[in-house]
Amino acid sequence: MDRIPILQMARTLLVTVQVDMHDQLAVRLLDDLTTMITKTRARGVVIDISALDMVDSFIGRMIADVAATSRILDAQTVLVGMQPAVAITLVELGMALPGVRTALDVERGMEMLDDHGDH
Amino acid sequence: MAISNNRIIQVLQSSQVQLLADWIKALRATATSQAAAVIGDAELQAQCQEFISLLSAAVAGGNFDNLVEEPWRPVKEFLAGVSRSRSRQGFSPSETAMFVFSFKEPLFANLRRAFDAHDDAQLLGEMWGCLRALDKLGLYTTEIHQQAREELIRLQGEEMLELSTPVIQLWDGILALPLIGTLDSSRTQIVMEALLQQIVATRSPIAILDITGVPTVDTLTAQHLLKTVAATRLMGAECIISGIRPQIAQTIVHLGVSLGDIVTKASLADAFRIALKKLGHSIPVS
Repeated sequence: MDRIPILQMARTLLVTVQVDMHDQLAVRLLDDLTTMITKTRARGVVIDISALDMVDSFIGRMIADVAATSRILDAQTVLVGMQPAVAITLVELGMALPGVRTALDVERGMEMLDDHGDH
Repeated sequence: MAISNNRIIQVLQSSQVQLLADWIKALRATATSQAAAVIGDAELQAQCQEFISLLSAAVAGGNFDNLVEEPWRPVKEFLAGVSRSRSRQGFSPSETAMFVFSFKEPLFANLRRAFDAHDDAQLLGEMWGCLRALDKLGLYTTEIHQQAREELIRLQGEEMLELSTPVIQLWDGILALPLIGTLDSSRTQIVMEALLQQIVATRSPIAILDITGVPTVDTLTAQHLLKTVAATRLMGAECIISGIRPQIAQTIVHLGVSLGDIVTKASLADAFRIALKKLGHSIPVS
Protein backbone atom coordinates (compact mmCIF):
# COMPACT_ATOMS: atom_id res chain seq x y z
CA MET A 1 0.00 0.00 0.00
CA ASP A 2 1.24 3.47 -0.83
CA ARG A 3 2.02 5.95 1.86
CA ILE A 4 2.73 9.65 2.01
CA PRO A 5 6.46 10.38 2.30
CA ILE A 6 7.73 12.43 5.23
CA LEU A 7 10.98 14.31 4.59
CA GLN A 8 13.28 15.47 7.35
CA MET A 9 15.04 18.82 7.00
CA ALA A 10 17.14 19.46 10.11
CA ARG A 11 14.54 19.56 12.87
CA THR A 12 11.63 20.17 10.59
CA LEU A 13 9.46 17.53 8.92
CA LEU A 14 8.01 18.20 5.50
CA VAL A 15 4.91 16.29 4.43
CA THR A 16 3.84 16.77 0.82
CA VAL A 17 0.49 15.32 -0.13
CA GLN A 18 0.85 14.52 -3.83
CA VAL A 19 -1.93 11.99 -4.31
CA ASP A 20 -5.65 11.93 -3.66
CA MET A 21 -6.04 11.58 0.05
CA HIS A 22 -8.24 8.63 0.90
CA ASP A 23 -9.30 7.75 4.38
CA GLN A 24 -6.81 4.96 5.05
CA LEU A 25 -3.94 7.02 3.72
CA ALA A 26 -4.84 9.82 6.13
CA VAL A 27 -4.97 7.47 9.12
CA ARG A 28 -1.62 6.01 8.12
CA LEU A 29 -0.13 9.49 7.75
CA LEU A 30 -1.17 10.36 11.30
CA ASP A 31 0.56 7.17 12.55
CA ASP A 32 3.75 7.72 10.55
CA LEU A 33 4.01 11.38 11.44
CA THR A 34 3.69 10.92 15.19
CA THR A 35 6.29 8.16 15.06
CA MET A 36 8.65 10.37 13.04
CA ILE A 37 8.22 13.35 15.38
CA THR A 38 9.20 11.35 18.43
CA LYS A 39 12.02 9.58 16.61
CA THR A 40 13.62 12.71 15.13
CA ARG A 41 12.63 15.08 17.96
CA ALA A 42 11.32 17.46 15.30
CA ARG A 43 10.32 20.97 16.36
CA GLY A 44 8.21 21.81 13.36
CA VAL A 45 5.97 20.12 10.80
CA VAL A 46 5.06 21.66 7.45
CA ILE A 47 2.15 19.98 5.66
CA ASP A 48 1.89 20.95 2.01
CA ILE A 49 -1.55 20.25 0.58
CA SER A 50 -1.25 22.33 -2.59
CA ALA A 51 -1.84 19.24 -4.74
CA LEU A 52 -5.00 18.34 -2.85
CA ASP A 53 -8.04 19.55 -4.75
CA MET A 54 -10.81 17.72 -2.92
CA VAL A 55 -11.63 17.21 0.73
CA ASP A 56 -14.48 15.75 2.74
CA SER A 57 -15.30 16.13 6.40
CA PHE A 58 -13.21 13.09 7.34
CA ILE A 59 -10.05 14.39 5.66
CA GLY A 60 -10.75 17.79 7.19
CA ARG A 61 -10.86 16.23 10.63
CA MET A 62 -7.69 14.22 9.98
CA ILE A 63 -5.86 17.45 9.07
CA ALA A 64 -7.04 19.02 12.32
CA ASP A 65 -6.03 15.87 14.22
CA VAL A 66 -2.55 15.81 12.71
CA ALA A 67 -2.03 19.43 13.77
CA ALA A 68 -3.36 18.85 17.29
CA THR A 69 -1.31 15.68 17.79
CA SER A 70 1.91 17.32 16.62
CA ARG A 71 1.32 20.21 18.99
CA ILE A 72 1.00 17.81 21.92
CA LEU A 73 4.32 16.27 20.86
CA ASP A 74 5.81 19.79 21.01
CA ALA A 75 6.13 20.34 17.26
CA GLN A 76 4.63 23.43 15.63
CA THR A 77 2.46 22.58 12.64
CA VAL A 78 1.92 24.82 9.65
CA LEU A 79 -0.57 23.91 6.92
CA VAL A 80 0.49 25.39 3.60
CA GLY A 81 -0.81 25.83 0.07
CA MET A 82 -4.49 25.10 0.50
CA GLN A 83 -6.44 25.49 -2.73
CA PRO A 84 -9.35 27.97 -2.87
CA ALA A 85 -11.90 25.23 -3.56
CA VAL A 86 -10.64 23.24 -0.57
CA ALA A 87 -10.79 26.30 1.69
CA ILE A 88 -14.36 27.08 0.63
CA THR A 89 -15.41 23.45 1.15
CA LEU A 90 -13.94 23.30 4.64
CA VAL A 91 -15.61 26.59 5.62
CA GLU A 92 -18.96 25.41 4.25
CA LEU A 93 -18.53 22.18 6.22
CA GLY A 94 -18.07 24.31 9.32
CA MET A 95 -14.46 23.23 9.80
CA ALA A 96 -12.49 26.46 9.96
CA LEU A 97 -9.64 24.54 11.69
CA PRO A 98 -9.13 26.95 14.57
CA GLY A 99 -5.72 26.66 16.14
CA VAL A 100 -4.06 25.40 12.96
CA ARG A 101 -1.50 27.81 11.58
CA THR A 102 -1.54 28.38 7.85
CA ALA A 103 0.75 29.87 5.20
CA LEU A 104 0.58 30.48 1.49
CA ASP A 105 3.48 28.22 0.46
CA VAL A 106 6.21 25.97 1.85
CA GLU A 107 8.76 28.80 1.91
CA ARG A 108 6.58 31.02 4.07
CA GLY A 109 5.62 28.06 6.24
CA MET A 110 9.32 27.38 6.92
CA GLU A 111 9.88 31.07 7.70
CA MET A 112 7.02 30.95 10.17
CA LEU A 113 8.66 28.03 11.98
CA ASP A 114 12.06 29.77 11.99
CA ASP A 115 10.56 32.87 13.56
CA HIS A 116 9.07 30.72 16.24
CA GLY A 117 12.21 28.67 16.78
CA ASP A 118 14.36 31.70 17.55
CA HIS A 119 12.59 32.46 20.77
CA MET B 1 -64.66 26.47 -44.65
CA ALA B 2 -61.63 27.20 -46.74
CA ILE B 3 -61.60 30.79 -47.88
CA SER B 4 -59.60 31.64 -50.92
CA ASN B 5 -57.72 34.78 -50.16
CA ASN B 6 -57.14 35.85 -53.73
CA ARG B 7 -58.46 39.38 -53.28
CA ILE B 8 -56.09 40.16 -50.45
CA ILE B 9 -53.22 38.66 -52.41
CA GLN B 10 -54.25 40.71 -55.40
CA VAL B 11 -54.21 43.91 -53.38
CA LEU B 12 -50.96 43.02 -51.63
CA GLN B 13 -49.27 42.49 -54.95
CA SER B 14 -50.87 45.03 -57.26
CA SER B 15 -51.00 48.11 -55.02
CA GLN B 16 -47.77 47.51 -53.18
CA VAL B 17 -46.44 51.00 -53.76
CA GLN B 18 -49.61 52.67 -52.54
CA LEU B 19 -49.79 50.33 -49.51
CA LEU B 20 -46.22 51.07 -48.59
CA ALA B 21 -46.68 54.83 -48.76
CA ASP B 22 -49.88 54.74 -46.70
CA TRP B 23 -48.41 52.42 -44.15
CA ILE B 24 -45.27 54.46 -43.57
CA LYS B 25 -47.42 57.56 -43.14
CA ALA B 26 -49.53 55.74 -40.55
CA LEU B 27 -46.43 54.48 -38.75
CA ARG B 28 -44.95 57.97 -38.60
CA ALA B 29 -48.21 59.32 -37.21
CA THR B 30 -48.30 56.84 -34.34
CA ALA B 31 -44.67 57.32 -33.31
CA THR B 32 -44.59 58.89 -29.86
CA SER B 33 -41.17 58.18 -28.39
CA GLN B 34 -37.85 59.67 -29.38
CA ALA B 35 -36.54 56.36 -30.72
CA ALA B 36 -39.58 55.76 -32.92
CA ALA B 37 -39.33 59.27 -34.35
CA VAL B 38 -35.69 59.03 -35.37
CA ILE B 39 -35.74 55.66 -37.16
CA GLY B 40 -34.31 56.12 -40.65
CA ASP B 41 -36.57 56.30 -43.71
CA ALA B 42 -34.52 53.74 -45.58
CA GLU B 43 -34.61 51.27 -42.70
CA LEU B 44 -38.33 51.67 -42.17
CA GLN B 45 -39.09 51.34 -45.85
CA ALA B 46 -36.98 48.21 -46.17
CA GLN B 47 -38.69 46.63 -43.16
CA CYS B 48 -42.17 47.47 -44.43
CA GLN B 49 -41.44 46.23 -47.92
CA GLU B 50 -40.08 42.94 -46.67
CA PHE B 51 -43.08 42.44 -44.40
CA ILE B 52 -45.51 43.02 -47.26
CA SER B 53 -43.77 40.58 -49.55
CA LEU B 54 -43.44 37.94 -46.84
CA LEU B 55 -47.06 38.44 -45.88
CA SER B 56 -48.34 38.01 -49.40
CA ALA B 57 -46.33 34.82 -49.75
CA ALA B 58 -47.79 33.50 -46.49
CA VAL B 59 -51.35 34.52 -47.40
CA ALA B 60 -50.99 32.72 -50.71
CA GLY B 61 -49.72 29.55 -49.09
CA GLY B 62 -51.81 29.12 -45.98
CA ASN B 63 -54.96 29.90 -44.09
CA PHE B 64 -55.37 32.58 -41.45
CA ASP B 65 -56.35 30.30 -38.60
CA ASN B 66 -53.17 28.44 -37.99
CA LEU B 67 -50.12 30.71 -37.89
CA VAL B 68 -47.87 27.92 -36.64
CA GLU B 69 -47.76 26.26 -40.04
CA GLU B 70 -44.92 26.49 -42.50
CA PRO B 71 -45.97 29.41 -44.77
CA TRP B 72 -46.12 31.74 -41.76
CA ARG B 73 -42.73 30.84 -40.36
CA PRO B 74 -40.70 33.37 -42.41
CA VAL B 75 -43.15 36.14 -41.44
CA LYS B 76 -42.77 35.33 -37.76
CA GLU B 77 -39.00 35.07 -38.00
CA PHE B 78 -38.84 38.44 -39.71
CA LEU B 79 -41.11 40.01 -37.08
CA ALA B 80 -39.03 38.52 -34.28
CA GLY B 81 -35.93 40.15 -35.77
CA VAL B 82 -37.67 43.52 -36.10
CA SER B 83 -39.04 43.25 -32.58
CA ARG B 84 -35.64 42.46 -31.09
CA SER B 85 -33.89 45.31 -32.85
CA ARG B 86 -36.66 47.75 -31.82
CA SER B 87 -36.48 46.67 -28.21
CA ARG B 88 -32.75 47.44 -28.31
CA GLN B 89 -33.39 50.80 -29.97
CA GLY B 90 -35.70 51.78 -27.11
CA PHE B 91 -39.14 51.40 -28.70
CA SER B 92 -41.99 50.88 -26.28
CA PRO B 93 -43.91 47.57 -26.50
CA SER B 94 -47.01 49.26 -27.94
CA GLU B 95 -44.95 51.04 -30.59
CA THR B 96 -43.43 47.73 -31.57
CA ALA B 97 -46.86 46.15 -31.85
CA MET B 98 -48.09 49.17 -33.81
CA PHE B 99 -45.72 48.16 -36.58
CA VAL B 100 -48.16 45.35 -37.39
CA PHE B 101 -51.43 46.94 -36.24
CA SER B 102 -50.94 50.11 -38.28
CA PHE B 103 -50.82 47.96 -41.42
CA LYS B 104 -54.57 47.25 -41.12
CA GLU B 105 -55.71 50.71 -42.10
CA PRO B 106 -53.83 51.02 -45.40
CA LEU B 107 -54.64 47.41 -46.27
CA PHE B 108 -58.38 47.86 -45.81
CA ALA B 109 -58.39 51.23 -47.49
CA ASN B 110 -56.76 49.69 -50.52
CA LEU B 111 -59.08 46.68 -50.45
CA ARG B 112 -62.08 49.00 -50.45
CA ARG B 113 -60.68 51.01 -53.29
CA ALA B 114 -59.99 47.91 -55.41
CA PHE B 115 -63.30 46.12 -54.86
CA ASP B 116 -65.71 48.99 -54.41
CA ALA B 117 -68.14 47.80 -57.04
CA HIS B 118 -68.94 44.36 -55.66
CA ASP B 119 -69.02 44.67 -51.90
CA ASP B 120 -69.98 41.11 -51.10
CA ALA B 121 -69.85 38.75 -48.15
CA GLN B 122 -66.77 36.96 -49.35
CA LEU B 123 -64.67 40.12 -49.13
CA LEU B 124 -65.90 40.56 -45.58
CA GLY B 125 -64.87 37.00 -44.76
CA GLU B 126 -61.43 37.53 -46.17
CA MET B 127 -61.03 40.78 -44.26
CA TRP B 128 -62.11 39.17 -41.03
CA GLY B 129 -59.59 36.36 -41.43
CA CYS B 130 -56.84 38.77 -42.29
CA LEU B 131 -57.72 40.92 -39.29
CA ARG B 132 -57.33 37.99 -36.93
CA ALA B 133 -54.02 37.00 -38.45
CA LEU B 134 -52.66 40.54 -38.12
CA ASP B 135 -53.81 40.70 -34.49
CA LYS B 136 -52.00 37.49 -33.72
CA LEU B 137 -48.86 38.74 -35.43
CA GLY B 138 -49.09 41.99 -33.44
CA LEU B 139 -49.30 40.09 -30.16
CA TYR B 140 -46.43 37.94 -31.26
CA THR B 141 -44.20 41.01 -31.74
CA THR B 142 -45.10 42.23 -28.24
CA GLU B 143 -44.18 38.86 -26.84
CA ILE B 144 -40.78 38.87 -28.57
CA HIS B 145 -40.24 42.47 -27.47
CA GLN B 146 -40.82 41.39 -23.88
CA GLN B 147 -38.49 38.41 -24.25
CA ALA B 148 -35.72 40.61 -25.64
CA ARG B 149 -36.13 43.00 -22.69
CA GLU B 150 -35.97 40.19 -20.15
CA GLU B 151 -32.86 38.80 -21.76
CA LEU B 152 -31.25 42.23 -21.57
CA ILE B 153 -32.08 42.52 -17.88
CA ARG B 154 -30.63 39.09 -17.18
CA LEU B 155 -27.42 39.92 -19.04
CA GLN B 156 -27.07 43.21 -17.21
CA GLY B 157 -27.56 41.45 -13.89
CA GLU B 158 -24.77 39.04 -14.73
CA GLU B 159 -22.52 41.85 -15.86
CA MET B 160 -23.14 43.75 -12.66
CA LEU B 161 -22.19 40.70 -10.66
CA GLU B 162 -18.89 40.50 -12.51
CA LEU B 163 -18.19 44.20 -12.36
CA SER B 164 -18.93 44.41 -8.70
CA THR B 165 -16.11 42.14 -7.56
CA PRO B 166 -12.82 43.68 -8.62
CA VAL B 167 -9.85 42.42 -6.66
CA ILE B 168 -7.19 45.12 -6.58
CA GLN B 169 -3.55 44.70 -5.77
CA LEU B 170 -2.64 47.67 -3.57
CA TRP B 171 0.95 46.71 -2.93
CA ASP B 172 3.25 43.79 -3.40
CA GLY B 173 1.51 41.24 -1.18
CA ILE B 174 -1.57 43.31 -0.31
CA LEU B 175 -4.92 42.77 -2.02
CA ALA B 176 -8.02 44.90 -1.56
CA LEU B 177 -11.61 43.99 -2.34
CA PRO B 178 -13.98 46.96 -2.18
CA LEU B 179 -17.49 45.58 -1.77
CA ILE B 180 -20.37 47.66 -3.10
CA GLY B 181 -24.03 46.76 -2.75
CA THR B 182 -25.92 44.12 -0.84
CA LEU B 183 -24.10 40.91 -0.01
CA ASP B 184 -26.27 37.86 -0.66
CA SER B 185 -25.25 34.23 -0.80
CA SER B 186 -24.58 34.00 -4.54
CA ARG B 187 -22.56 37.21 -4.53
CA THR B 188 -20.54 36.20 -1.51
CA GLN B 189 -19.68 32.99 -3.28
CA ILE B 190 -18.37 34.90 -6.31
CA VAL B 191 -16.54 37.43 -4.13
CA MET B 192 -14.95 34.67 -2.09
CA GLU B 193 -13.82 32.73 -5.14
CA ALA B 194 -12.40 35.83 -6.85
CA LEU B 195 -10.49 36.80 -3.74
CA LEU B 196 -9.08 33.33 -3.07
CA GLN B 197 -8.04 32.91 -6.72
CA GLN B 198 -6.20 36.21 -6.59
CA ILE B 199 -4.50 35.28 -3.33
CA VAL B 200 -3.09 32.18 -5.03
CA ALA B 201 -2.20 34.05 -8.25
CA THR B 202 -0.40 36.93 -6.55
CA ARG B 203 0.78 35.03 -3.46
CA SER B 204 -0.45 37.85 -1.27
CA PRO B 205 -0.42 37.19 2.47
CA ILE B 206 -2.80 40.06 3.29
CA ALA B 207 -6.27 40.83 1.95
CA ILE B 208 -8.38 43.87 2.87
CA LEU B 209 -12.17 43.53 2.64
CA ASP B 210 -13.59 47.04 2.41
CA ILE B 211 -17.31 47.21 3.18
CA THR B 212 -17.77 50.99 2.88
CA GLY B 213 -20.21 50.41 0.02
CA VAL B 214 -22.30 47.78 1.78
CA PRO B 215 -25.51 49.57 2.81
CA THR B 216 -26.68 47.27 5.59
CA VAL B 217 -25.30 44.35 7.51
CA ASP B 218 -27.60 41.68 8.90
CA THR B 219 -26.76 38.37 10.50
CA LEU B 220 -26.59 36.66 7.11
CA THR B 221 -24.21 39.24 5.67
CA ALA B 222 -22.04 39.03 8.77
CA GLN B 223 -22.06 35.25 8.42
CA HIS B 224 -20.90 35.59 4.80
CA LEU B 225 -18.11 37.94 5.82
CA LEU B 226 -16.95 35.55 8.53
CA LYS B 227 -16.91 32.67 6.03
CA THR B 228 -14.79 34.66 3.61
CA VAL B 229 -12.35 35.57 6.37
CA ALA B 230 -12.16 31.94 7.55
CA ALA B 231 -11.48 30.66 4.03
CA THR B 232 -8.78 33.28 3.54
CA ARG B 233 -7.12 32.23 6.78
CA LEU B 234 -7.19 28.56 5.73
CA MET B 235 -5.31 29.51 2.57
CA GLY B 236 -2.61 31.01 4.73
CA ALA B 237 -3.43 34.66 4.21
CA GLU B 238 -4.74 37.22 6.65
CA CYS B 239 -7.92 39.22 6.22
CA ILE B 240 -8.58 42.74 7.45
CA ILE B 241 -12.10 44.20 7.34
CA SER B 242 -12.27 47.94 6.83
CA GLY B 243 -14.85 50.63 6.16
CA ILE B 244 -17.25 49.69 8.95
CA ARG B 245 -19.55 52.67 9.40
CA PRO B 246 -20.81 53.68 12.87
CA GLN B 247 -24.35 52.41 12.26
CA ILE B 248 -23.05 49.11 10.96
CA ALA B 249 -20.78 48.70 13.97
CA GLN B 250 -23.81 49.28 16.20
CA THR B 251 -25.89 46.79 14.23
CA ILE B 252 -23.19 44.13 14.46
CA VAL B 253 -23.01 44.53 18.24
CA HIS B 254 -26.82 44.59 18.60
CA LEU B 255 -27.12 41.43 16.54
CA GLY B 256 -24.66 39.74 18.86
CA VAL B 257 -22.41 38.74 15.99
CA SER B 258 -18.90 38.09 17.18
CA LEU B 259 -16.23 39.01 14.67
CA GLY B 260 -13.81 37.00 16.80
CA ASP B 261 -10.19 37.90 16.40
CA ILE B 262 -10.64 39.45 12.94
CA VAL B 263 -8.74 42.70 12.54
CA THR B 264 -11.17 45.53 11.79
CA LYS B 265 -10.24 49.08 10.82
CA ALA B 266 -12.38 52.17 10.31
CA SER B 267 -11.02 53.16 6.92
CA LEU B 268 -9.23 51.52 4.02
CA ALA B 269 -6.28 53.86 4.69
CA ASP B 270 -5.90 52.52 8.23
CA ALA B 271 -6.17 48.95 7.01
CA PHE B 272 -3.53 49.62 4.34
CA ARG B 273 -1.23 51.15 6.95
CA ILE B 274 -1.49 48.13 9.26
CA ALA B 275 -1.03 45.79 6.30
CA LEU B 276 2.20 47.54 5.28
CA LYS B 277 3.40 47.38 8.86
CA LYS B 278 2.72 43.64 9.01
CA LEU B 279 4.80 43.13 5.88
CA GLY B 280 7.67 44.97 7.55
CA HIS B 281 7.51 48.21 5.58
CA SER B 282 8.07 51.38 7.57
CA ILE B 283 5.57 54.19 7.11
CA PRO B 284 6.17 57.79 8.15
CA VAL B 285 3.78 58.90 10.88
CA SER B 286 1.30 61.42 9.55
